[in-house]
Amino acid sequence: MSDARVIEHIAGTAIPVRGNNIDTDRIIPARFLKSITFDGLGDHVFEDDRQSMPNHPFSNSSYAGASILLANENFGSGSSREHAPQALKRWGIDACIGESFSEIFLGNATTIGLPCATASAADITRLMDVVEEVPVTRFSLRIDTLVVESEQFSSAVLIPAAIQASFLSGQWDATGLLLDQFDDVRQIAAALPYVKGY
Amino acid sequence: MGQTLLEKVWDLHTVRRLPNGQTQLFIGLHLIHEVTTPQAFDMLRQRGIGVAFPERTYATVDHIVPTRDQQRPFGDDLAEAMMSALERNVREHGIRFADLSTERQGIVHVIGPELGLTQPGLTIACGDSHTSTHGAFGAIAFGIGTSQVRDVLASQCLAIDPLKVRRIVIDGALGEGVYAKDVILEIIARLGVKGGVGYAYEYAGAVVDQMSMDERMTMCNMSIEGGARIGYVNPDETTFDYLAGRPFSPAGDAFERAKSWWRSMASDDTANYDDEVVIDGATIAPRVTWGINPGQSISVEESIPEPTKILTDQDAAEISEALEFMGLRAGAPITGTKIDVAFVGSCTNSRLSDLREAARVVRGHKVSSHVKALVVPGSKSVSQAAETEGLDEIFREAGFEWRGAGCSMCLAMNPDRLVGQEVCASSSNRNFKGRQGSPTGRTLLMSPAMVAAAAVRGEVVDVRTLL
Repeated sequence: MSDARVIEHIAGTAIPVRGNNIDTDRIIPARFLKSITFDGLGDHVFEDDRQSMPNHPFSNSSYAGASILLANENFGSGSSREHAPQALKRWGIDACIGESFSEIFLGNATTIGLPCATASAADITRLMDVVEEVPVTRFSLRIDTLVVESEQFSSAVLIPAAIQASFLSGQWDATGLLLDQFDDVRQIAAALPYVKGY
Repeated sequence: MGQTLLEKVWDLHTVRRLPNGQTQLFIGLHLIHEVTTPQAFDMLRQRGIGVAFPERTYATVDHIVPTRDQQRPFGDDLAEAMMSALERNVREHGIRFADLSTERQGIVHVIGPELGLTQPGLTIACGDSHTSTHGAFGAIAFGIGTSQVRDVLASQCLAIDPLKVRRIVIDGALGEGVYAKDVILEIIARLGVKGGVGYAYEYAGAVVDQMSMDERMTMCNMSIEGGARIGYVNPDETTFDYLAGRPFSPAGDAFERAKSWWRSMASDDTANYDDEVVIDGATIAPRVTWGINPGQSISVEESIPEPTKILTDQDAAEISEALEFMGLRAGAPITGTKIDVAFVGSCTNSRLSDLREAARVVRGHKVSSHVKALVVPGSKSVSQAAETEGLDEIFREAGFEWRGAGCSMCLAMNPDRLVGQEVCASSSNRNFKGRQGSPTGRTLLMSPAMVAAAAVRGEVVDVRTLL
């Protein structure tokens, strides 16, 4: 497929977004969905949170250029808007590491080639502490060996096996795969009672 | 050992196991709307791919629709551009469209069921998280993102991981003034906003058996607010009675054949569940949210939680953040909380029975002088049925605005929105920061009857005192 590429490894600095249940309305408020493209979404990531929280990490120049977003529990809950991971990606985020992610957010991020790995609460706290202390700390997230490390730090991460396999094979964009054996799709459809008129 | 409905539907729609271990699942009905599809159609165009099953795709327009003046072109150029893009895409690909000019337009999760498109045993996908609504019919319905919309347009399939099933049994009976909305808010408060991640929720028990389809839709609709991507109810006579005679329902002999197949798709008595939760319906009271996620609700009889009484620092910090945003005082009763706006509408609670219950409370009262109140029917069909019964007159006489069908003030992609720090009693589904259009606006989720009661009293009140 046009976008297919193998993703084994993401390297760069990180940005910590503390708090549980950070929903997609906060990541990208709905008014920015009024568009027929995803262009320009990167400029509005966390727009309202940034207005109301002067110290929001996405307003802090120390984290400019970060490529790994650190999150706590249930990041990306709420709306199914793919605009949320699209906005993060367009801002420059290449991977997320959190305690947990909402299911739809995880699926959306995966299909646009944005790996989301989970780590224990203790490891996330350590990672966030390190980054807040020394924002220029560079991390390496290995999709193949499931580890995140810096010079002083190393921790195991988890990615569901199917999603890991998609990144390592470059088949995270599923369209091609789903069209691969289209005769089978037609056969399954033709046998369904509601397709046959019951 | 028997199977759950989820397992039966899953098996029947499985095309193959993909190399990464996921399932390639055929989607029986793809519902589309203007917000999450334009980019998907563009991706198809760039790749030179068409729509595989246009006859299994159905479009409507809801999120950006103005509810007051629906003349084209819309006053908002961005909304007009989205509308035009959808019109072009459905025309180009031969997709049926419940356009604003037709009698079928409305919120996607209201019109799918009322047109009879939503049926038991189907797999359904839509680029909207509240697609879980359709599970009320015993369908397996997924909310998806735009790239997955592209996948379904291209192949009518999703690449997806299997789910576990948690059976949630609501026993007994609900008291007067207690609704499906209160049940689902209670469930989310008990199990948490991420308690359902990895699960489908199967709702069962005497309370669910007694519920109308409208009520079952309200419950399934908010499954996603508890982290469960899917919620469903096994199909029964209530389901079949609802579907009889709908425009896209099977008719005549086919309806009888359909019924016997639908019955066969229900979970077997001997099915095995990954988890089970039992709740006594009689213990549920009308509920109100006090915080910034749908898990933060209490019974209308309770007081707002106090962070100091909470065991972990993290929970205490979450409560403090929520109370600060909401401007609410820990330990105070939730009743008496002053409201500025009352909104009856959204894919959760904008169906005819919702409007009837709200009207029952409103009849003979006036909206409090400081409250702006609006009723937004979920579809043109709901609107017409309500007008035939005279519900619109009851609302208007009380001082409510009676609007055209759309998503309205649930999510602020249209002119209906909160201003500044307004407090809104809302029958919608999300009380997230900024959700209703003002970054500092405050949402109190509750049933439509509770919204109606708050509108006439000007503050949160136990609706049971007005019934």
